[in-house]
Amino acid sequence: MLLEGKSVLVTGVITEQSIAFNVAKLAQEQGAKVVLTGFPRMSLVERIAKRLPQEAAVLELDATNPEQLGSLADRVRGVGFDSLDGVVHAIAFGPQSVLGGGFLDAPWEDVSKAVQASTYSYKALAMATLPLMEKGGSIVGLTFDASIAWPVYDWMGVAKAGLESTSRYLARYLGPKGIRSNLVSAGPLRTMAAKSIPGFEKFEESWVERAPLGWALTDTEPTAKAVVALLSSWFPATTGEIIHVDGGYHAVGA
Amino acid sequence: MTKEEIVTGLAEILEEVAGVNPDDVSEEKSFTDDLDVDSLSMVEVVVAAEERFGVKIPDDEVQNLRTVGDAADFVLKQA
Ligand SMILES: NC(=O)c1ccc[n+]([C@@H]2O[C@H](COP(=O)([O-])OP(=O)(O)OC[C@H]3O[C@@H](n4cnc5c(N)ncnc54)[C@H](O)[C@@H]3O)[C@@H](O)[C@H]2O)c1
Repeated sequence: MLLEGKSVLVTGVITEQSIAFNVAKLAQEQGAKVVLTGFPRMSLVERIAKRLPQEAAVLELDATNPEQLGSLADRVRGVGFDSLDGVVHAIAFGPQSVLGGGFLDAPWEDVSKAVQASTYSYKALAMATLPLMEKGGSIVGLTFDASIAWPVYDWMGVAKAGLESTSRYLARYLGPKGIRSNLVSAGPLRTMAAKSIPGFEKFEESWVERAPLGWALTDTEPTAKAVVALLSSWFPATTGEIIHVDGGYHAVGA
Repeated sequence: MTKEEIVTGLAEILEEVAGVNPDDVSEEKSFTDDLDVDSLSMVEVVVAAEERFGVKIPDDEVQNLRTVGDAADFVLKQA
């Protein structure tokens, strides 16, 4: 098993369709002990957690809340983890104005919320869990290819570009501690976050048609598998990397 | 399970998950318009209903469940 004996913290579970749900499920199936964090409806996350193959503790974490971040390491210890080998960041949020075509009008106040929750939170989560990774570790996040400008993705695309850069800087600063930072760049998946983007359908058709391997809009497993692989010890010399799990879409033109 | 039992069950779920007064719940009430259930609460109502009634409510189906009666009919069909 890929994660035998490893302990992994997974953020971002909110429904069974969440990429993070499949990550937590596969991680358990691969032998990991998993702790979840939830936000903003703990009761919902706890119900969903019961659908995992094994029980998993759920800790509350708003990744923009300094107090909750500051107490996270102790709370993780409190549910029976001495250390962590892996941390999964599956968090993104943008107020309605930053997505859906209003790029030119979105106010900074809203843009800053998107950047704090979707970009800065990656570094914040890494720092919050650092005390548990004294033996080294693997941090994995989720991006949506930020190298080009998409329809309707707008400021979330800017936030993802920042996330991709943040991951490279974390690779630089945490490498000496034996901690890797990598991202999985997934194709469009019909999760709650995606469905809340007005005009998200615009991606769907072309992706399914153009991706050389095809693309299943409701199957989070290929993405989750890549996350689990990056958490494992099978990418020991890889950091600051972005692995595309998109059916090959990024590699081909029209 | 009768339709009435399902409606009663849904009323209990709505109270627990979204703080809806059970006396306000009846078949013709719309979750969002009449009972003010927001979208995240609706997700939890669906999850709780799946557990309680032992059914699976697919993601695509949820948008068709406008009223409490719609949901009760769907559960009745599945159960
Ligand atoms: N669905 C897609 O098409 C797609 C494609 C590429 C990348 N991604 C990325 O995958 C990640 C997971 O999203 P998903 O598609 O599984 O959707 P999802 O809605 O299931 O998950 C998004 C999660 O972010 C969490 N979140 C939002 N704000 C938060 C905060 N302040 N603190 C803590 N958690 C917070 C939500 O609670 C939720 O669990 C996101 O980073 C998303 O951008 C998604």
